[in-house]
Amino acid sequence: MPDPDLEEGWVDAELAEEFPGLALWTVRVERGSGRSPDFVRERLRQLASRITGGHVIHMRQDPVPWAYRVFWRQVGIDPDTDRTPVEQIALDRLKWGGLRSRNLLDDAITIATLETGVPVVAFDAANVGDAIGLRLTGEREHLGGSGRPLSSRQIVIADEDHTLAILSGEVAEERGVTPQTASMVLASIQVKGVPMISVEEALWTVVETLTEGG
Amino acid sequence: MPEVLEPLAPQPQGPPSLPPLAPRTAPDERPARRTLLDQVEHLEAELSSLFMSVWPRKGFDFAVAGVGGGPRMLTLAELEGLRDDLAERVEDARRSLSDRTYVEEKHRQRIEEMLLEPEKHKWVRVGNEHIGEPGCKHWHVTPRWGILGMLMNWWRVKISSGCPLAT
Repeated sequence: MPDPDLEEGWVDAELAEEFPGLALWTVRVERGSGRSPDFVRERLRQLASRITGGHVIHMRQDPVPWAYRVFWRQVGIDPDTDRTPVEQIALDRLKWGGLRSRNLLDDAITIATLETGVPVVAFDAANVGDAIGLRLTGEREHLGGSGRPLSSRQIVIADEDHTLAILSGEVAEERGVTPQTASMVLASIQVKGVPMISVEEALWTVVETLTEGG
Repeated sequence: MPEVLEPLAPQPQGPPSLPPLAPRTAPDERPARRTLLDQVEHLEAELSSLFMSVWPRKGFDFAVAGVGGGPRMLTLAELEGLRDDLAERVEDARRSLSDRTYVEEKHRQRIEEMLLEPEKHKWVRVGNEHIGEPGCKHWHVTPRWGILGMLMNWWRVKISSGCPLAT
């Protein structure tokens, strides 16, 4: 049973029929981002020390990262080129020799994604509608309403009026979190094979990190 | 019976007066799409499994290009193409791994023979990379005591496990 504070977003009927188990979960948090406090940086350091080359190699057979990898493949993305968020974070850690702290929100998402394998995106609550869900794009749509053009039948996170982000994580500039953001909407996409507890844990890890670090 | 034996009147030839009924619904692609998506999942699992088996060997190609156009619902033809590409890559990888492991097995046998009879494998050197293992360990047949060993046919296997220091 999902936590009562998590809201299940709508999923377009055609998408739901094509991908059983596809769901979008959101949670609102009355916090902005900012500079990461020391305990968050320390947590990043601890997480980085757990990631080794062998860990990254084996990651593609861990159930949750693997579920996203399969989904990436099924929607036409090569997961070895455009990596799933958790694989990208792990590879970046190997490349840079650590997990770089950027800001509180990005660090919180990095921690949650590495811990659970579930990707999380964030929007500025003031710039998105109430009903957020997943749908296919129509003809001549633009990311965020006025951003770059999107090809038709792309899978996007959208509200009542605009597309907010594409499935692989690119958030529309005018809908994303800025230093002025006071409250956010966090969203996670659940795909077939990802247990609800992982999605809950991912979203709550971000909420908790933002709350304690804000 | 004469009317029975009379030839039938010729039937009118040509198109029927009414066109055939056009189908009112498009054919249902759902079962085909479901099957293809399941096959893609299955093949991705095989490819991941092969990727794990191959590590730490190098020189294998696991790339299967994306369809392009961002994450989207693929057409039936695109799904078929993706399935075929994945199947081909899995087959290639499996064959390459099988060939490689055959050669590695031969190298392992050779190491055993070198250890048993080093004098029959003079100067032969086999490394971890030849048997599909990580690290820099290698087995090298060298004469014991240099020139004297060469003259007396005293050979031994020198095992080195150290990787050269990074410069």
